Amino acid sequence: MSSTVEAADLRLTGPAVRRRGLRAAGTILGVAVLVLIASYAVFVPMLAGTDEKLTDFSSARLPPSAAHPFGTDHAGRDLFIRLASGLRVSLLIAVLCALASMGLGMLIGAVSAALGGRTDRIVMRVVDGINAVPHLLLGVVIVAMFRGSVTAIIASIALTHWTQVARIVRAEVLSLRSREYVEAAYLLGSTRREVLRRHFLPGTLAQGVVATVMLLPHAIWHESTLSFLGLGLSPDQASLGTLLKEAQSEVMLGGWWALVFPALLLLVTTLAVAACGKGLLSRTEGRQ
Amino acid sequence: MPAELSAVNAGFSYGGTPVLRNVTISVPAGGQIGLTGPSGSGKTTLARILAGLLPAGEGTVTCNGQPVQRPWKQKGHGCGIAMLFQSPRASCSPRLTLRQIIAEGAGRTSRGGRARRVEQLAAQVQLTPDLLDRYPSEVSDGQLQRACLARSLAAEPGYLICDEATAMLDAATTASLVRVISSEVESRGMGVLALSHDRPLLEAWCTSVTSLAALSAASGER
Repeated sequence: MSSTVEAADLRLTGPAVRRRGLRAAGTILGVAVLVLIASYAVFVPMLAGTDEKLTDFSSARLPPSAAHPFGTDHAGRDLFIRLASGLRVSLLIAVLCALASMGLGMLIGAVSAALGGRTDRIVMRVVDGINAVPHLLLGVVIVAMFRGSVTAIIASIALTHWTQVARIVRAEVLSLRSREYVEAAYLLGSTRREVLRRHFLPGTLAQGVVATVMLLPHAIWHESTLSFLGLGLSPDQASLGTLLKEAQSEVMLGGWWALVFPALLLLVTTLAVAACGKGLLSRTEGRQ
Repeated sequence: MPAELSAVNAGFSYGGTPVLRNVTISVPAGGQIGLTGPSGSGKTTLARILAGLLPAGEGTVTCNGQPVQRPWKQKGHGCGIAMLFQSPRASCSPRLTLRQIIAEGAGRTSRGGRARRVEQLAAQVQLTPDLLDRYPSEVSDGQLQRACLARSLAAEPGYLICDEATAMLDAATTASLVRVISSEVESRGMGVLALSHDRPLLEAWCTSVTSLAALSAASGER
């Protein structure tokens, strides 16, 4: 009798089940949308058969139709193909930024916490200093020095966003540092570097990956903002940011489609990546 | 230079609350010393001070005449103090297999040499080869504690501190671990400090058994 009561107590109640179900459905939807978007960005430019930069002034500013699902721009370029190319560039830059931020953040956060003491205090003050300056401002300064360079865009986002990953990883290493298996490793003669490699970095990888995935939508927006401000990629190079910048003048001439489709895609991509990140986060927290 | 692990008039406080006062203890190489005391009396704190995991607030801690350093600050294995913790689950990384856990103690030998040593130690602590590729979550507490003992012995420590190491084990596993430790004492002259609140166990295992209260009182009289 008592075991039945205990089992019933452990079962999730209605609202909790609904919440968990909604969260799982959100993650599945996010993954599905992301796969769809990635397929669009990868396969459409490959299968289109025409160059997305090819101009055809005879078909300039055509509204969406069966021949041009997203319409055409002022130079007659098909926006369905151009948007796919732009999305590919934006996603690639965002992924590289997120990976660079993860690498920097994990290494600096883990080393800082592992060494502790004065090193840790100095690193944390540097992190506070970077966080105190608006990221966009710092990014603009870096990009302005190397205008139009993809490397500069990646560097400007990575150098301003590694601090978030570093903070999370540092907190995780601080909790790992007092675990008995880490103390046992030190007692058995492991050096700090060995403990870092064998225990700290693998132990913080899950948190680091989640922080990186959560960073992806932010990186997409940063790239778009820099290109929109004219500091990112050159105007002929399609990206979500350059397409939105071009849409400014198109909208004034009635070409609403030049703004709606890139903006919608930016929004949907951000929400899909964020949903995946949240799903990953809840799985990690659940496991802990 | 005396071959012993010792603490003289050691004391420690947690946030102003004294836990240990004037404790003097010596573990000679080749000796098996049992230390008993009720839960919360400071046995684990003393064990951690002797291993260097906690700094002694008062007194001195030496190993073979040299001051015991914090393990992460010393080069190599120091004077060779290993510790067998109470909870094998907490003292093993959940991401490593039993083979990797044991190999952690084998240090920087060649890969082949390390593999042979792991298998030899696994046999010594009666771990069957099929268990070596399992993760801690896939074995019992007793099997995991055997792996922890093998890891400690792989480093060939001069001194082994067993902090309630058998508290979570059944009688058969306890007897088996004690046998392995005692044979290591006989063959290599390793010093052992066994902490437990199970006095009958310590009396069956160790050459001398004392209580933490007695150690503090004796130091006070001196």
